[in-house]
Amino acid sequence: MKLTLEKYLSWINEFSQKVIDKKDYLSDLDSKIGDGDHGNNLARGVTAVQQMLTAKQPQDLTAALKLTAMALISKVGGAAGPLYGTAFLEMAKTSSQTTELAELLTAATAGLQKRGQAKAGDKTMVDVWLPVTAALKNADLTSTVIEKAVASTKPLVAKRGRASYLGERSIGHLDPGAVSSGYLFEALLVAEDEK
Amino acid sequence: MKYGILIVSHVPEIAAGVPRLIQQVAKDVAITSAGGTDENEIGTSLEKIQQAVEQNAGSEILAFYDLGSARMNLEMAAELATKKLRIYDVALIEGAYVAASLLQAQVGLPAIEKQLAPLKIKNQE
Ligand SMILES: Nc1ncnc2c1ncn2[C@@H]1O[C@H](COP(=O)(O)OP(=O)(O)OP(=O)(O)O)[C@@H](O)[C@H]1O
Ligand SMILES: [Mg+2]
Repeated sequence: MKLTLEKYLSWINEFSQKVIDKKDYLSDLDSKIGDGDHGNNLARGVTAVQQMLTAKQPQDLTAALKLTAMALISKVGGAAGPLYGTAFLEMAKTSSQTTELAELLTAATAGLQKRGQAKAGDKTMVDVWLPVTAALKNADLTSTVIEKAVASTKPLVAKRGRASYLGERSIGHLDPGAVSSGYLFEALLVAEDEK
Repeated sequence: MKYGILIVSHVPEIAAGVPRLIQQVAKDVAITSAGGTDENEIGTSLEKIQQAVEQNAGSEILAFYDLGSARMNLEMAAELATKKLRIYDVALIEGAYVAASLLQAQVGLPAIEKQLAPLKIKNQE
């Protein structure tokens, strides 16, 4: 699938709405194994994204992705800021060569891993971005793929981020960043379905 | 001045307190800090870090931080800055203290890094 400006805007709007609706739930998840701010951080971020996109009215995909990245990097305040921000920035850079979504997400995931140093199984948002990117390459991204990826973080011991300080105590809880990343990709499926 | 020290913490009071502690043994060393989010909530701010890099009289920055996003934002600041930033994954207070007191004593960077090495406690497998 190729990403267009129009599709991207409905994708990011859908995601923003979802984050705002689920703000308290995301922060609750974070209070179990982190500092309880993930929903608030990300809601602040997507609100800034909405303001930025409305104010600047980007005329192409690269500009829209870059504005998204800048808003997230400057407004989130927690790890999700540089992480999501870097992911969108890498998509922006890659979008000047290709708009193939699988390629954009490959670059995004690589950027995310470089920024946070997390590998598969470290109980972070990377555990969602990796399988989603792989599924997109095979053109078989479904809700099931996303749900499974999010759920896979529950039994893991956290190796990165605040939850890693809890060691074994992090077992049995979903990773909040994995859950919010699940919302991002569910929103993508919704945007894809729109005509 | 060649080297300056930068402290980044999630909390404004820690970002202000560590320089207070280490400046006592390093009167002539440039020390700046960035703490909390733009709203002074708990977190880190790329913009505050960039300002602290700019304001530092050092032309090369030795950076010390507390947790997670502090390092990621420091890395982004390093990518955007014209000054060189060296980020140390060491215990914040002890590491900054070692760097400050040795810089004050005009010890060179290789010897400082040797002294910092056993204090590494972050970002490792
Ligand atoms: N090093 C990392 N690599 C990948 N993902 C990470 C890393 N650190 C944290 N995360 C993700 O970020 C989520 C937490 O985001 P949040 O905005 O709550 O940041 P935080 O941990 O509170 O930030 P801070 O580092 O400032 O304390 C985690 O659930 C995890 O998915
Ligand atoms: Mg948090």
